[in-house]
Amino acid sequence: MIELKNVSKTYFSKANGSDTGAVHALKNADLYIPKGTIHGVIGLSGAGKSTLIRCVNLLERPTEGSVTVNGQEMTRLNAQELNRARHRIGMIFQHFNLLTTRNVFDNIALPLELMGRSKKAIRERVLPLLELVGLSDKTHQFPAQLSGGQKQRVAIARALASEPAVLLCDEATSALDPQTTGSILELLRDINHTLGITILLITHEMEVVKSICHRVSLISDGELVEDAVVGDFFTSPRTQLGREFLNDFLQLAPPKELVNRLQENPGDATHPIVRLTFSGDAVSTPLISQLARECGVDVSILQAKVESIQERTLGLMIAELLGTPEQTQQAMHFLESHQLQIEVLGHVQRDD
Amino acid sequence: MSSAMIDLILQATLDTLYMVGVSGLISTLLGVPLGVMLYVTRPRQILSMPILNQVLGIVTNIGRSIPFIILMVALIPFTRMLVGTSIGINAASVPLTIAAIPFVARLVEGALNELSPGLIEAAQAMGATPWQIIRKVLLPEARGGIITGLTITLVTLVSYSAMAGAVGGGGLGDLGIRYGYNRFNPTIMLITVVILVVMVQGFQSLGDYLVRKSDRK
Repeated sequence: MIELKNVSKTYFSKANGSDTGAVHALKNADLYIPKGTIHGVIGLSGAGKSTLIRCVNLLERPTEGSVTVNGQEMTRLNAQELNRARHRIGMIFQHFNLLTTRNVFDNIALPLELMGRSKKAIRERVLPLLELVGLSDKTHQFPAQLSGGQKQRVAIARALASEPAVLLCDEATSALDPQTTGSILELLRDINHTLGITILLITHEMEVVKSICHRVSLISDGELVEDAVVGDFFTSPRTQLGREFLNDFLQLAPPKELVNRLQENPGDATHPIVRLTFSGDAVSTPLISQLARECGVDVSILQAKVESIQERTLGLMIAELLGTPEQTQQAMHFLESHQLQIEVLGHVQRDD
Repeated sequence: MSSAMIDLILQATLDTLYMVGVSGLISTLLGVPLGVMLYVTRPRQILSMPILNQVLGIVTNIGRSIPFIILMVALIPFTRMLVGTSIGINAASVPLTIAAIPFVARLVEGALNELSPGLIEAAQAMGATPWQIIRKVLLPEARGGIITGLTITLVTLVSYSAMAGAVGGGGLGDLGIRYGYNRFNPTIMLITVVILVVMVQGFQSLGDYLVRKSDRK
């Protein structure tokens, strides 16, 4: 369990000896991650993702606010208590951070050595972990001899060695190719499933959120601006930034030449351009042909896509509604009444 | 060449090895911890102590900036206090050691600089104490760089020890100057130079071998 309450982190930069101003890397962040869930935080680079995840194990000490992990208020611990608490929090990194002078076995053994475990206890813990991450045949290899995906597997095994209740993943797949990313995410999902470990991951890739997260938060400029179940986030993001992430992910943005012709307000002879999002039953209903029959509106499909996101089917479409203003208005009501999300992107001049 | 001459050369070689060995050993024992201190006490480092860091930095720089020949003379009272005399190989080892400590420290600091900050972060996330980070992460990971630095130090000490002859320190440099240069004996001069070259080669090869063995990158 992880809970952040009103957490802020401010860096004071001192150039030329005078305070040139404060950088607010994190502003009043509230986050609650129940035990056993996988929570993703997505944002652009520089949005404060790294600071957020480092505030959980106090690699960065929050300027204000409280951080509770496994029922412990982290900011009140002394150095010794903090180190003990950190044994219950595993962490993996974008660049793996394995020790180059230790082989695979000794890298995984490191946290156990730090805890003062006996050689025998270390062996008994490390060998099953090697099995778990599928690297039993690489025990005596050094990191330089491993591929990126294998290095991250070693890092995961190392993070799990101290039997943590929480795993923090700092852009864990960003340095990996898509195929390897898939296999690492699968491993993380397995770990979450079999060990019941709570996972907080930060990423800039929607793919990561889509494939393993239960919930997702969107971070922008140091603020958590959106928090939703992954299925909801992918069907109806509430913020502009969320929509941009979704469009980038689905590669569904209106064609450029259309964007240039878009005007904000309807004119005398314009057609609305709309984005339709439909999920669940609506996907299998022949709505477009119904629209033509019942409202007399023709639909010109400019772009369309169907995605399957964690057992939910999501359809997206950008379309031009051809008809009189009254007809198109009626068509939009019709669509809304069938649980479709509809967003007017703008209006274009009629060609006829 | 007379057998007396051969004895002289042999003795001088042993003297040089003794001075380099003693000063190399002591400066390693003191310089490595100083180098680690210079690194870990930096602002935002694992044992951040900015004022101590500045003081250590200044002291180290002073040690590095005094020309060896001046340092040697300036240290005579201190040397006398420590070993009871200001001439001979024991006496020469004192300024050699003092000169080498800040040298080693900066090279060790440089080797630690090369490490990825991510390693320290990972160790902290595992709940490692600063001492554990130094012992289990910093020193092993920087081992190759530190050995490179110590090799450079030994080679530098060989050439510095030749200067120690100027204060009656003994050794190959002393022999070369007194017999080869002052008494116009080109054979002696050549022999001392050849022995010095072989010695430096030997240290360098040994250092390279140890770096190769410890490097896994």
